[in-house]
Amino acid sequence: MALELIKGNVAVAEAAVRAGLVSYFGYPITPQTELLEYLSARMPELNRAFVQAESELGAINMVYGAACTGRRTMTSSSSPGVSLMQEGLSYISCTELPVVIVDVVRGGPGLGNIAPSQSDYNQATRGGGHGEYHQIVLAPASVQEAIDLTTLAFDLAEKYRSVVMVLMDGSLGQMMEPAELPPFQPIKTEIPDWAVRGIPGRGKHVLTSINIDPPAQERTNIRLMTRWQQVEANEVRYKGYYLEDAEYLVVGYGTAGRISLSAVRAAREKGIKVGLLRPISLAPFPFKVLSDLAEQVKALLVVEMNNGQMLEDVRLAVANRKPIAFYGRMGGMVPFADDVLQEIEALAAGPLSQEEHPRDRWLAKMRVEFGTGA
Amino acid sequence: MQTEVIISGFGGQGTLYAGQVLAYAAMDEGKQVTWIPSYGPEMRGGTANCTVVISDEEIGSPTVKHPKAVLALNLPSLDKYEDMIAPGGCLVVNESMVNRKPERTDIRVVMLPANEIAREIGNERAANMVMLGALLANMDILPNEALEKALKNHTAQRLQKFVEMNIQALRRGGEYRAS
Repeated sequence: MALELIKGNVAVAEAAVRAGLVSYFGYPITPQTELLEYLSARMPELNRAFVQAESELGAINMVYGAACTGRRTMTSSSSPGVSLMQEGLSYISCTELPVVIVDVVRGGPGLGNIAPSQSDYNQATRGGGHGEYHQIVLAPASVQEAIDLTTLAFDLAEKYRSVVMVLMDGSLGQMMEPAELPPFQPIKTEIPDWAVRGIPGRGKHVLTSINIDPPAQERTNIRLMTRWQQVEANEVRYKGYYLEDAEYLVVGYGTAGRISLSAVRAAREKGIKVGLLRPISLAPFPFKVLSDLAEQVKALLVVEMNNGQMLEDVRLAVANRKPIAFYGRMGGMVPFADDVLQEIEALAAGPLSQEEHPRDRWLAKMRVEFGTGA
Repeated sequence: MQTEVIISGFGGQGTLYAGQVLAYAAMDEGKQVTWIPSYGPEMRGGTANCTVVISDEEIGSPTVKHPKAVLALNLPSLDKYEDMIAPGGCLVVNESMVNRKPERTDIRVVMLPANEIAREIGNERAANMVMLGALLANMDILPNEALEKALKNHTAQRLQKFVEMNIQALRRGGEYRAS
């Protein structure tokens, strides 16, 4: 296996190139910039299109147009930039176009900072734009997984005519790990029927997100929802660690997930039978496996680099059958495995109330430890 | 077995590069490895550091509260990281850039004038490699030859002329032992 030591942002860019990316449109923003920078040289070298747009609004609408041609296109950005793209993502979703977007999340809200964060879970998984639509959200935890999921993202986008977001964070974008890049895929020459290509003499093709007639919009929404049901049935992805005999379960994705893995191992060394579930597809969320695990374990701990956003999905899956604890850091702060280990030990030590919301317990502790900043 | 190393100094001292050389060497030796830089605004004119984690199994956290080893290339790095090193760990200090000795007694300390050594070899900028050589001589992470091989195999063509000097720097650093 030919391993390369490669930075997350660059790895994703090269993976997209090898997946047959034909056009890229973007606007620089830290901690995602290396992705765009790499493609600014790589795409012209291969005679493919790279455009640095005048803004994220320009970029996402260029992607919208490019996707209408049925060829592989993408953009990438970081939190504030992705906020600017939400209108476009809603239009693209309604028009049923395959688009890949990479979000290298940073600390927020607002302009925030450039440190790693997971604070855009809700925006990503709930559809950050207006209207009712879903997008597939894949959350890698390593450089290799970022490569593999970027490749997969293009296939899923085409299969379901959907937006697929690769949701990373600043640390994964900046981190280097040995990884293997996939072989080059040939650029697709088969263009889907729905694409608009300006072929003279052929019937008119219209791709639009305008359904002025409400019944037509409702029919569109039924079609979108039906397709999402297929996504939910077929595209759930996760990775489990030490689950077999687990009496306690940690749930974390992306960087928080891999940090939790260190903590779970350390807890195991101390004799605590704890396992880890690391959701890889955040939308569709692995409800079923989590629901099954809730039967098996005594209590759960959710670890995130945000204020408890995936926590709500975990609560849905657990349905108040078992106590849940939450541990999160916000604003670009990254937890240490030692901190997560303490939380695991607390979980194993005591009976936990099911009355209070896990977030309230956590926030009360945060106020004591870090103050309110007022 | 997992080893975590923080390499810290002023921007321009080559701390990030030293970490990458270590990471390349670990990869070529068949280890799992992560390299993660501090990429905050402090990089501009302030301190720059990176964390390298080397392991036999899938690596969890790419950062650690208590690293097994620290290379402190300047005084702010010594001040920041001395207390964080795991007991029994290793601290390599660039004597050229600090005005005090470490106080910890439960870790192994290697003091060496990396700038002066590098200058003797021909370029003060090789101080990062001197430090790296000292680390490997005092801690069982990777064989020293692994770093030399990594330098040869992963240095860009236009920079190959510096490889020999860097290898010398590694070897000179490797002559120092923890007191």
